[in-house]
Amino acid sequence: MSKEHSPSFWKKYIFSVDHKIIGIQYGITAMIFLLIGFALVSVMRWQLAFPGQPLPLFGVLFGMSNAPGGIILPEFYNQLGAMHGTIMIFLGVVPLGVGAFGNYLVPLQIGAPDMAFPKLNMMSYWVYLTGGIVMLASFFFPQGAAQSGWTSYPPLSNIAPVGQTVWLIGMVFLITSSLLGSVNFIVTIVQLRADGLTFSRLPFFVWAQFITSFLLLLAFPPLEAAGILQLMDRLAGSSFFMPSGLVVSGEALQISGGGNPLLWQHLFWFLAHPEVYVLILPAMGIVAEIIANNTRKPLYGYKNMVGAALFLGFMSFIVWAHHMYLVGMGTTMSNFFQITTMIISIPSVILLTCLLLSLWGGSIRFNTPMCFALAFLPMFAIGGLTGLPLGLTASDIHLHDTYYVIGHFHYVVAPGTLFALMAGTYFWFPKITGRQMSEVLGKIHFWASFILINIVFMPMFSMGLAGVSRRLWNPTEYAHAQPTQVLNVVVSYAAWGLAIAQLPFIFNLIWSTFKGKQVDTNPWKATTLEWATPTPPPHGNFEREPVVLRGPYEYSVPGQREDYLPQNAEQ
Amino acid sequence: MSAEIKWIDKPHPVSGVTNGKLGIWLFLASEVMLFGGLFSALVLLRTGADSWPVGHELLNVKLATINTLILIISSVTMVMSWASLAMKNLSKYKMYMAITVILGFVFLGIKAVEYGHKFEHHHFPSTSIFYAIYFTLTGLHAIHVIGGIIVNTYFLFPGSKLWQTKPEMFTNRIECAGLYWHFVDLVWIFLFPTLYLL
Repeated sequence: MSKEHSPSFWKKYIFSVDHKIIGIQYGITAMIFLLIGFALVSVMRWQLAFPGQPLPLFGVLFGMSNAPGGIILPEFYNQLGAMHGTIMIFLGVVPLGVGAFGNYLVPLQIGAPDMAFPKLNMMSYWVYLTGGIVMLASFFFPQGAAQSGWTSYPPLSNIAPVGQTVWLIGMVFLITSSLLGSVNFIVTIVQLRADGLTFSRLPFFVWAQFITSFLLLLAFPPLEAAGILQLMDRLAGSSFFMPSGLVVSGEALQISGGGNPLLWQHLFWFLAHPEVYVLILPAMGIVAEIIANNTRKPLYGYKNMVGAALFLGFMSFIVWAHHMYLVGMGTTMSNFFQITTMIISIPSVILLTCLLLSLWGGSIRFNTPMCFALAFLPMFAIGGLTGLPLGLTASDIHLHDTYYVIGHFHYVVAPGTLFALMAGTYFWFPKITGRQMSEVLGKIHFWASFILINIVFMPMFSMGLAGVSRRLWNPTEYAHAQPTQVLNVVVSYAAWGLAIAQLPFIFNLIWSTFKGKQVDTNPWKATTLEWATPTPPPHGNFEREPVVLRGPYEYSVPGQREDYLPQNAEQ
Repeated sequence: MSAEIKWIDKPHPVSGVTNGKLGIWLFLASEVMLFGGLFSALVLLRTGADSWPVGHELLNVKLATINTLILIISSVTMVMSWASLAMKNLSKYKMYMAITVILGFVFLGIKAVEYGHKFEHHHFPSTSIFYAIYFTLTGLHAIHVIGGIIVNTYFLFPGSKLWQTKPEMFTNRIECAGLYWHFVDLVWIFLFPTLYLL
């Protein structure tokens, strides 16, 4: 082997421009952030279940200013809440779904040697990591991290301690990273598809990443604009989000006024609603691949799914103000956004129905990835259907800002998206390492997670219908929240149990990397191009340029010797 | 093993563009959304205000007009630099590129004079919502100008070595840098009337 083919450890594994290494870097980093986000909420769950009691064992770690004697102060509770949301969404789920799975799989599935801009790809990872470190560092600033919720509504966030400024700077890094990533994905998918791989032959996963990239590209900049305005407010004393005559703690603020807090909400939700589909589309892509593979039949309605996903992406830009029914924008505006919200539920239902109908008549293999993928369907359905009452003003007035909302979007993201990401991890692990993860541990992980996560989120609907607000530090202080307080205890125990249920997964991941059962290059007998490379794929991926001859899901083709026909296989 | 990434220096037969050119267009699309967000913020603040100052009573229209002309001329010289490369004339390219960079600096200099006048009269972002949006929009635009100057200076000096080895690729890069520079120019064309004239 010549010298240029064996680069140093640093070049090969740390500052790599290879999309596969960068994908793994994204994956490991994002999983660590998911654990951190989970740890934060585990602490919150103690306060919610046993308000005012000292947190055992870990309570002393947080210091006198946050948790004197282990009793969590309201300011610290707010920091935990704001940072849990920020870390889970911007540092955990999106980097895992797009950064990790997208980076690793998109070039492989389209038969490309790498991303279109490998150096940009490396940069986007390092900018993401910097943003993540900035976010974590904000806990150590005076008066702690951001504490105005993950939505950072002004004027509260404008007058919050310095942690909020750090949050904004961290967000600028994360937005830059996703901008670089999305440009790279779109160019790669448009330009570098293998010969014969037309758009109508793309695996659905690639379509999902393609649409997701457009959402990231076009929806994030308005949040960056909002972030710039808030930074100006906090650092240069402007009043973009500060109305005239604002009074804080009985004192009129010395500001010019003339601003509008609603401006932030509009710009924020213009990002944050498409962001929901950034969370869900890659998950749907993963589930589609796994379902087609494990039912041994083509996806039902592939073209309908692609059309629905495109329509979903477009519509997601004009539904944002359904988060703002209570701000008094008038019935005309509310009506418009109610109608668009109802319309956007149609493509979601099409996607889910196609995935469900894909099961019909299949000879299903119930392996661990398939279990997670199957669980995604009802979980996402519960999440989606409970969203309808929130999209209509009449019911939203009662449910807005309650635990019902928490239950709704967690069903979409946690047992929905995260289960799909788990499924993807089990499914593509053999491609990355050449070894299979343990099925026994996988099944333990699946069933424990599946049962516990429902005990965590299902009671939240009841609490929300009872009117319990999502940001209460001590629910026992309010008469209307007392009857449902027992549910808080149940939820907390289930959440801690859910944390323990992840141990088999973490162990499985590490153990199988070194000791798992060795498998050949195509252990699931799949059709898409990533399985046509050597395992693990070398730098440059394919031994010779693949030529694609057919669609992505040619399973159980009549008259064939095997029940699958790879996209590039000669007949 | 085919580790070569295609369509770096030749356009893709179907899409008709190189990777870099598609990338820069996508980047500009996201820039449109960034400035679009800020412009809509301006619209929302202005329509919501009881009274809004008339731009030309507070701001220096004369200096801004000169700056508008400077940016337009710099856009022309940018195109000329790219056209010189298309005609295989490196020294002409260098001349036009140098003029583009210098015009960028002149723009910033005039902008600094304008800011200086404002600060002398104690007009800051905290003074009023009008000055807040004025400083934010023009400041962000100035940052974009600085970014363009850095890129252009790079292509004027160290980056131009690429001409010797891969002239086609270098010409493509200048085209992409040009697209960005025209975009920065275009943002100013929108900023100037909205802030100074209306």
